[in-house]
Amino acid sequence: MPEKIFAPWNDPDQKPLIRFQNVTKKFGDFIAIDDLSLEIYEREFFALLGPSGCGKTTMMRMLAGFETPTSGSIELAGKNIVPVPANKRAVNMMFQSYALFPHLTVWDNIAFGLKRSKMPKDQIAARVDEMLKLTRLGKFARRKPHQISGGQRQRVALARSLAKAPKLLLLDEPLGALDAKLRQDTQFELMDIQETTGTTFVIVTHDQEEAMTVASRVAVMDEGKLIQVATPDRIYESPESVYVADFIGDVNIIEGRASKQGEDLYRVDWAEGQAPLVATSDREFSEGQTCHLAIRPEKIAISAEKPAEADNAVQGSILDIAYLGNLSTYHVELPGGMIIKAQTANTRRLSRRSFTWEDTVWLSWTATGAVLLAE
Amino acid sequence: MMRLSWFNIVSLTLGFAFLYLPILILVIFSFNESKLVTVWAGFSTRWYGELLQNEAFLNAAWVTLKVAVFSSTLATVLGTMAAYVIVRAGRFPGRTLFSGMIYAPLVMPEVITGLSLLLLFIGIGLDRGVLTIVLAHTTFSMCYVSVVVSSRLVTFDRSLEEAALDLGCSPFEAFRLVTLPIIAPAVIAGWLLAFTLSLDDLVIASFTAGPSSTTLPIKIFSAVRLGVSPEINALSSILIAIVTVGVITASLVTKRNALRQKHEEQAAARAQ
Repeated sequence: MPEKIFAPWNDPDQKPLIRFQNVTKKFGDFIAIDDLSLEIYEREFFALLGPSGCGKTTMMRMLAGFETPTSGSIELAGKNIVPVPANKRAVNMMFQSYALFPHLTVWDNIAFGLKRSKMPKDQIAARVDEMLKLTRLGKFARRKPHQISGGQRQRVALARSLAKAPKLLLLDEPLGALDAKLRQDTQFELMDIQETTGTTFVIVTHDQEEAMTVASRVAVMDEGKLIQVATPDRIYESPESVYVADFIGDVNIIEGRASKQGEDLYRVDWAEGQAPLVATSDREFSEGQTCHLAIRPEKIAISAEKPAEADNAVQGSILDIAYLGNLSTYHVELPGGMIIKAQTANTRRLSRRSFTWEDTVWLSWTATGAVLLAE
Repeated sequence: MMRLSWFNIVSLTLGFAFLYLPILILVIFSFNESKLVTVWAGFSTRWYGELLQNEAFLNAAWVTLKVAVFSSTLATVLGTMAAYVIVRAGRFPGRTLFSGMIYAPLVMPEVITGLSLLLLFIGIGLDRGVLTIVLAHTTFSMCYVSVVVSSRLVTFDRSLEEAALDLGCSPFEAFRLVTLPIIAPAVIAGWLLAFTLSLDDLVIASFTAGPSSTTLPIKIFSAVRLGVSPEINALSSILIAIVTVGVITASLVTKRNALRQKHEEQAAARAQ
């Protein structure tokens, strides 16, 4: 029997924990959220991803209760929470600035929410100790926030927001203030904690790598609308629009005209005097419709001779090489002036690199390697 | 150590002399043996002793202290509330008018404030005494408090209050448990400012004081009109000493706290 994969969004019997229904939020004339509907399931690690000003923070603040939607409803476990004030919601938030209370110790910061909830003193102490253990902060319990490092502060903020065992934890750019290395470690720590506690996490971030790493599903937003909601691999491998393809990772976009070649197979005429490209697509395109071919740089192979069996092959000369240590990105200029990025893993030492500037090379990729998009 | 140029030395000397020479002379003459203020006749603490015997002065000092404590406390409460509303309530109808009116007493001539309060107290039939001075001082010092507190609130990270709400505080609890402890230094500074303003005030107090409630500045002013006595010098020196000690303590405490915080932050960064 195959192990059950965590994918409640594909199960029609599952009831969502959070349901946004036709939510619109206006600030004066500015529409921050535009008639948006979204469902998030229990135990999900859900990422809201988008450029700044796309409305992702507004979504989170509406969940926390700091903003009220102009219209529409937000349900938490089947109940409309729009009229419920922030302090009465079973939702906790970890703030971007951490918002630790500077006048209280780490211990008192974590106990703050519990003390508000009429919990007996000994239970509070037990819960705080549990949280300190979970976030490995035991040694710092008596310190004030300014006496600990940035990474420790981040963990205090997390412990404080988890202490009340909320149904839903909101994380607003939780790792924004950490340096790259600490960030990666913390991402895995967050995932561990999310699995251990079984809490539903909603994270807001503008860092696509972070969203891809931690999330079970990612919602790409722009101008108050959801552009695509899917698992990280689907967002990356089968984006539904040029916007998503371009926002997540590096991509080459070739504009052309589609014509049907066979079952799911299209020919793309993209430049005068160049051989047409072929790509598979389960989306329908009409004869001669404008389309965009999106190809990830790592799906493009680079070779000195024209590969015999390739579905697509174009010739060009190397304009630039970006050496990233583990990878090298080649910028190859095609005869028409278009620049295509191709990426190869540096499996050999740099001194034995086969290509250099000005070399004429062939770029090739398979028909399934590219995604054909209408817009 | 940086060496000062002769120009800097001259301007420094002139500046300090301009500010402190009159005060220095006053302090020196408070230790004068002679009854004549302008003639030096040897060192003595005699006038300090006589001051302690002078019941009128002691009464006035007591009234002044009472007025200062009550009015500055009242002004701190009202001024903090006003500052909170102006900074936090966002846009509400009449906000600009409200904030303008709070700051108006800062630029209003004291004579006018005093006169209008006098007319009000007469109008509502309130007998002039300690109460009326307290009310009058509260009126003009609360705007200073609200300036000090609102400048702190503007830089206050609002997410701290949101975090408190998020963790289950009612808005009032959030203010009491989070906002107030953090802005406390500004509130205390506002209180001290209001306290000194009330201690200093002559104009408004003379409009609103009754016969039984003379404050120290009024007493000094009326005594000086009959001629400067060495006792006044002694009294003034005591006031200067109190203010100086207060200011130095306050600045030392702030500086020590800042230093300690810096050390601890460095220690935390190293331990990372």
